[in-house]
Amino acid sequence: MLLRHTTKEVKERNALTVNPAKTCQPVGAMYAALGVHGCLPHSHGSQGCCSYHRSALTRHYKEPVMAATSSFTEGSSVFGGQANLMQAIETIFSVYEPEIIAIHSTCLSETIGDDLNQMAIKAREEGKVPLGKFIVQAATPSYVGSHVTGYANMLDAFVKYFPEKTDEKRRQINLLSGWVEPADMRELKRIMKVMKVKSVLLPDTSDVLDTPMTGKFEMYPKGGTTIPEMVSMGDSMQTLGLGEWATEKAAITLDNQCKVPFELTDIPVGIKATDRFIQALAKAGRVSIPEQISEERGRLIDVITDMHQYLYGKRVAVYGDPDNIIPLIEFLVDMDMKPVYIVSGTPGKRFEERMAEILSERVPEAKYKNGPQADIFQIHQWIKDEPVDLLIGNTYGKYIARDENIPFVRMGFPIVDRIGHSYFSTLGYMGGLRIVEKILGALMDKQDATCLEEKFELVM
Amino acid sequence: MPKRRDYTNGLPDPSALRDEILKKYPPKIAKKRIKGMVINDPNEDQEIMSNVRTIPGIITQRGCTYAGCKGVVLGPTRDIINLVHGPIGCSFYAWLTRRNQTRPLEGEDNYITYSFSTDMQDSNIVFGGEAKLKEAVREAYEIFKPKAIGIFSTCPVGLIGDDVHSVSRDMKAELGINIFGFSCEGYRGVSQSAGHHIANNGVFKNVVGLNDRPRAGKFQVNLLGEYNIGGDAFEIEALFEEAGITLLSTFSGNSTIKSMEYSHTADLNMVMCHRSINYIAEMMEEKYGIPWIKVSFVGATSTCKSLRKIADYFGDAGLKAKVEEIIAREMAKVEAVKASVKPKVEGKLAMMFVGGSRAHHYQDLFTELGIRTVSAGYEFAHRDDYEGRKVMPTIKIDADSRNIEELTITKDEKLFRDDLVEKKAALESNGFEFKDYNGMMPDMAKNSLVIDDVNHWETEKLIEFYKPDVFCAGIKEKYVVQKAGVPLKQLHSYDYGGPYTCFDGAINFYVEMERMLATNIWKMIDAPWKNESELVGSLTIDA
Repeated sequence: MLLRHTTKEVKERNALTVNPAKTCQPVGAMYAALGVHGCLPHSHGSQGCCSYHRSALTRHYKEPVMAATSSFTEGSSVFGGQANLMQAIETIFSVYEPEIIAIHSTCLSETIGDDLNQMAIKAREEGKVPLGKFIVQAATPSYVGSHVTGYANMLDAFVKYFPEKTDEKRRQINLLSGWVEPADMRELKRIMKVMKVKSVLLPDTSDVLDTPMTGKFEMYPKGGTTIPEMVSMGDSMQTLGLGEWATEKAAITLDNQCKVPFELTDIPVGIKATDRFIQALAKAGRVSIPEQISEERGRLIDVITDMHQYLYGKRVAVYGDPDNIIPLIEFLVDMDMKPVYIVSGTPGKRFEERMAEILSERVPEAKYKNGPQADIFQIHQWIKDEPVDLLIGNTYGKYIARDENIPFVRMGFPIVDRIGHSYFSTLGYMGGLRIVEKILGALMDKQDATCLEEKFELVM
Repeated sequence: MPKRRDYTNGLPDPSALRDEILKKYPPKIAKKRIKGMVINDPNEDQEIMSNVRTIPGIITQRGCTYAGCKGVVLGPTRDIINLVHGPIGCSFYAWLTRRNQTRPLEGEDNYITYSFSTDMQDSNIVFGGEAKLKEAVREAYEIFKPKAIGIFSTCPVGLIGDDVHSVSRDMKAELGINIFGFSCEGYRGVSQSAGHHIANNGVFKNVVGLNDRPRAGKFQVNLLGEYNIGGDAFEIEALFEEAGITLLSTFSGNSTIKSMEYSHTADLNMVMCHRSINYIAEMMEEKYGIPWIKVSFVGATSTCKSLRKIADYFGDAGLKAKVEEIIAREMAKVEAVKASVKPKVEGKLAMMFVGGSRAHHYQDLFTELGIRTVSAGYEFAHRDDYEGRKVMPTIKIDADSRNIEELTITKDEKLFRDDLVEKKAALESNGFEFKDYNGMMPDMAKNSLVIDDVNHWETEKLIEFYKPDVFCAGIKEKYVVQKAGVPLKQLHSYDYGGPYTCFDGAINFYVEMERMLATNIWKMIDAPWKNESELVGSLTIDA
């Protein structure tokens, strides 16, 4: 057994986290910053933070992930990291020549009280930022929230800095993306094209973390939201934020600073969340919904009706980030599956409310928990107590899947042992189709591998 | 995709390349970097600047002290709960990412698949985290009943004044199991290296010597600095077993705390990764009189050499004969595979920038295949790893190395092995070398470029200049280099392959190089129409 010490007896824990279902803020800040064109993320802390975050993102994407670090030593931890940051800004602009440096803090620099805002002002005043180049900064203390919080904070830093309000409204909307994959960003752009809604997507990691092999390394790939695009966001008609954990903060900032009203909607995963997204998009962009979108929706419903018997009543355990798993849970319920165990390490009271809304009637037996000690160990203990038919989560679930012989669908961050998440979207109706395909594949592969020979089916 | 150069008549002088690299840097940085970039001459004593701070803003390969302590040294040991005291990230990132394989027996403890953290929150930062740490230790004990718990400090811990050592003492008294702490905050040193040293000190102080077990074999040894990535230690263990050598403990691949407790009953310590573990070897010699030798099981030639050296140390005719029998049998297999692979890869060019020993050890494997190393360097090594242990007395202590504790070791009067001291003296008088690490530079070709703490900009320029056939580094560099059209072999994780130690490992590596260097996929990067004149279409859909 890979997890030989996990038993079904749950002992209350108030201090110990085992097998976390979250990680820390800075990696989210780094990911968000990669979705801005010509931007180099910078980690203000010890080297290890930057090294770990780059490694985590690299393993997930199998793509270059560039970022710099303030390389704190004991001295900087005692005397403050300002000198390191000033030197870093100078080094980065002369050696790596980005358009923007997106600085995020770490638990180290936050604990010693480094004030990034003040340091950024100082750097500009002292001429460390060349003309036409920019630095933005976000406080991302690792001991608050989770990786999702860091993403939200970096997104907020960009909208604090770049959007400008002029007298002229633009016929476009802002789409603030939650933490999704490059393929999902690409799919969002396709949907907006089909809907004929002009928009700015921020951040946008497509063509950054899914670049083609050309034989030439590009430090700043062609993708990412550009500076003029971000500037123009101040004049947009409306902001749509996809996922409240990741985008609410930035949406409010845009409203406060540039009077762009916002609406928050779920990341479009599955049927209902996509319905809401499409309707919100139509309303915001003042367009009618084209037949093509209805057809895509119809295809998804069609496949579910075709395969419903394999989905009905199946017990599922899910762990991941609130913005991503809330609509996923709703989708599973819509397909008559039973998401019985759900955890997210990311804190936030709204999670329980949303889970109750979705599950209280349809899956009253469901157990869900988020925040402290809501970890993968917890969900495994629940599974030990009463098994499930399917497990959905990031790669770390493979240890449970093997020990318990449960079909496993990889969704979330990080996925470090399979490919596909960068290239095939799970958003929108077409993405929903991919989720259904993956779930069915996992369930039916197990049936094929384990059923009695006389029960082996050709047609399924 | 770069075209390969022909270096059959010796490597070119890379001075121009070095100048070009340095030109990009602000003058202060250039002045520092040039000291870490040496144009090698194996016949000269050359000094290389290493184990110094990375310049802020430079995109370095390096990690932190915590990574070296928890991730590298203690991570591979299975029967201990490694509890990380800090915000969640540090424990999350070090969770199973280093591929330390382990083989617990049925019913034996194995916590390697778990990640344990106190998940510090802002209130713990403000009001202190010791109470939460104690509670977490209690909960870990209640749930798992481990025999040992290690507590690892992350950056905020030292800054807010949490004392992991006093918590460890208290909890050890309360729970009655071995509990010890490490002050391995990420900022403690200039790289992972500081963490190795801190881990060595902690294990030596708190684990080694706890169990004076009676002898279990005729030739008792420990293997130090082998972390069983990809199963490397399994290969070595199998060889020892066949030869009749009793491996008491490995620091720390496929290891247990239990075995480390009686490791001081060995007759010999063998050091693989000199950088990360020489401290324990030195301390065990001082305290218990156990001599140490440098070994390497990377490459078939090195494996033979190391096996023979062990046999010579024990001076036992039976052991010598057994070792020769194994070598003869295994080398026949190795030579057969080499004969088929070598003609396909001979003359190709490699460069490698990893670790504190791999960049050196792996050159042996490449040499066996006739692949030349044109440039190499370490990520976190010290001057002795480049220039040999002879320079150790001349290495200056600086502000960053000063704050790592040097333990004062006193001789264990009861267990000290005077017999081994005598044995060592006798062998030395016959030319047998102990503590024999001469570093990487004397083994490298003239004009090869040795670079310490290589960074992203330098990596780009190196590829442009040398157009290597294979580049060896880690995960962060992997796709950067491959996007430039050069295959990269990860020498930390082995790209999820391996093992590469001993004879079977050498064969694995030869075959892997054949695969990597023979594939046609790199030649397909340009689409066939890229080199054709463009047709002007008139039937485009929009027309």
